[in-house]
Amino acid sequence: MNNVFVYIEIEGTQVAEVSQELLTKGRKLADQLGVELHAVVAGTGIKGKVEDQILPYGVDKLFAFDGEGLFPYTSAPHTDILVNLFKEEQPQICLMGATVIGRDLGPRVSSSLTSGLTADCTQLEIGDFDDIKTKKHYDNLLYQIRPAFGGNIVATIVNPEHRPQMATVRSGVMQKAIYEGKAKGEVVYPEVCKYVSPEAFVVKVLDHHVEAAKHNLKGSPIVVAGGYGMGSKEGFDMLFELAKVLHGEVGASRAAVDAGFCDSDRQIGQTGVTVHPKVYIACGISGQIQHIAGMQDSKIIISVNSDPDAPINKIADYVIVGTVEEVVPKLIKYYKQNSK
Amino acid sequence: MTKALKIVVLAKQVPDTRNVGKDAMTPEGTVNRAALPAIFNPEDLNALEQALRLKEQNPGSTVGVLTMGPPRAGEIIRQGLFRGADTGWLLTDRLFAGADTLATSYALATAIKKIGDVDIVIGGRQAIDGDTAQVGPQVAQKLGLNQVTYAEEILKIEERKTENGERKTIATVRRHIDGGVETVEVPLPCVITVNGSAAPCRPCNAKLVMKYKYAMCPLEVDANSECGMRNAELSKARPYLTLNQWSVADVDGDPNQCGLSGSPTKVKTVQNIVFQAKESKTLTASDADVEGLIKELLDEKIIG
Repeated sequence: MNNVFVYIEIEGTQVAEVSQELLTKGRKLADQLGVELHAVVAGTGIKGKVEDQILPYGVDKLFAFDGEGLFPYTSAPHTDILVNLFKEEQPQICLMGATVIGRDLGPRVSSSLTSGLTADCTQLEIGDFDDIKTKKHYDNLLYQIRPAFGGNIVATIVNPEHRPQMATVRSGVMQKAIYEGKAKGEVVYPEVCKYVSPEAFVVKVLDHHVEAAKHNLKGSPIVVAGGYGMGSKEGFDMLFELAKVLHGEVGASRAAVDAGFCDSDRQIGQTGVTVHPKVYIACGISGQIQHIAGMQDSKIIISVNSDPDAPINKIADYVIVGTVEEVVPKLIKYYKQNSK
Repeated sequence: MTKALKIVVLAKQVPDTRNVGKDAMTPEGTVNRAALPAIFNPEDLNALEQALRLKEQNPGSTVGVLTMGPPRAGEIIRQGLFRGADTGWLLTDRLFAGADTLATSYALATAIKKIGDVDIVIGGRQAIDGDTAQVGPQVAQKLGLNQVTYAEEILKIEERKTENGERKTIATVRRHIDGGVETVEVPLPCVITVNGSAAPCRPCNAKLVMKYKYAMCPLEVDANSECGMRNAELSKARPYLTLNQWSVADVDGDPNQCGLSGSPTKVKTVQNIVFQAKESKTLTASDADVEGLIKELLDEKIIG
């Protein structure tokens, strides 16, 4: 009762990285609250194949549901599992990835349990809350902190009365780490039919096609990112060239993705990937808050922009005032000349 | 075999978050919608397009636009009618105000029950003011319906006989998933949410604009404005110019589950974002400056 739960997402028998990131965060929250960290996973043929990818992140108890029809994911069976398990377990917090699955499942669970859910949190903390209207004081609530309004403000959301307090978090926002302390590491395999009604399996997945990520933007130590100022899809070609010589990856701002210059899986920012590289080269990016939220923790930020007053320049370590057409080829040229 | 479908499109009037000013938030931390330009939520337009295509492919089908908001959100219904929707409903009531996603989905679900016999509820994946993607699935759960989120295209709708002789209508939907695509079959009734990368919505039809130009919800009618006067003048002879407007009582809603009081999430604080400005070194695009920077980064082993 009253523990912290993390919903574990899988592709086949591969645990999603975002789930491991959330286990690490969930462990910290559980330690702070003096409760246990529990995890729940559901799939087909997962017994013996997923436990080692979950337990090392400090899990005290894993509920592994293994049965036909639980993979590929469909909404109703996974909703039934969480709703019925939560009715028994009464968790105080439930975390999920802000992925397609997490954003499909979380709202259904919250709607069923009438608990509050906050999407795409960028920080999670424990703290007190005084309700001004009811004059009630609450200890140890989950602060669900997220940018709102297109990233123009940051709101701290609390769910004073309803449990579990639910939040989704995007991939890469939290960082995973094997737990150094001692966790119980118990695993149970509940009977699926006690949690899921047969009628839940009505949606049929005809085909399910997932490709391994084409790039490792999230983990790349060097990121070359382009914005609307790149002007075109062709403009991005020189960024791919620069990224290639520097052994980095290409990212993009939302504006560049919306304009069709770059694939959406390379979008960096509040509604894309969060990156923490050693070097971030922002080319033709003005620096809307929604973008900065996804890259501000980069160690060194270099901005290439023809506008000396572009907002991104304020957080940059180096600002090169010039057009991308002029500067990017020079970066490539002088790197090649000097790196040997 | 086709089937006449009753389709409800969930659409939201949203502040254009691309142009946010200082007065965007109230002191209570809710959105001050009056201070911002209001637009049709972009992904809801993608949903409307899918609905209109289904209507064309399935003769006898109807498309209605359901929206919740202040009286001026009647504009969303008009925009739907201009593009080919048959009807619309505006949920408007002070009791609906301040709703989080759960209270919003409660209100929409009660309205959908009131509309009755709906085959497909379809909406955008998410709205640009909140980016939560929660309302569609929460409505589905409240109504006990199946759902398909992140839809790219509804490929077909067909009636089939099941093993026990029952007739079932099945939708086949292609959807985006992380790192890939999926095709699923879902029996109707169901809720579908549509991605922004789906087919864009058709433009307004000139004839329909002429027809519905003065259509208004009763609360929108301002007798002093020209539109308001025209509406008052014309709507007696043309009842379709009076748009449906429902309060909490009209949909038999429980006020405790609506608006601020029906919202489990509370806004504790709202802060403007201030990024820590760094002391930056400004360079020109000259060869000397660019080469100097590269050498500096190489020397300090920042790049290899």
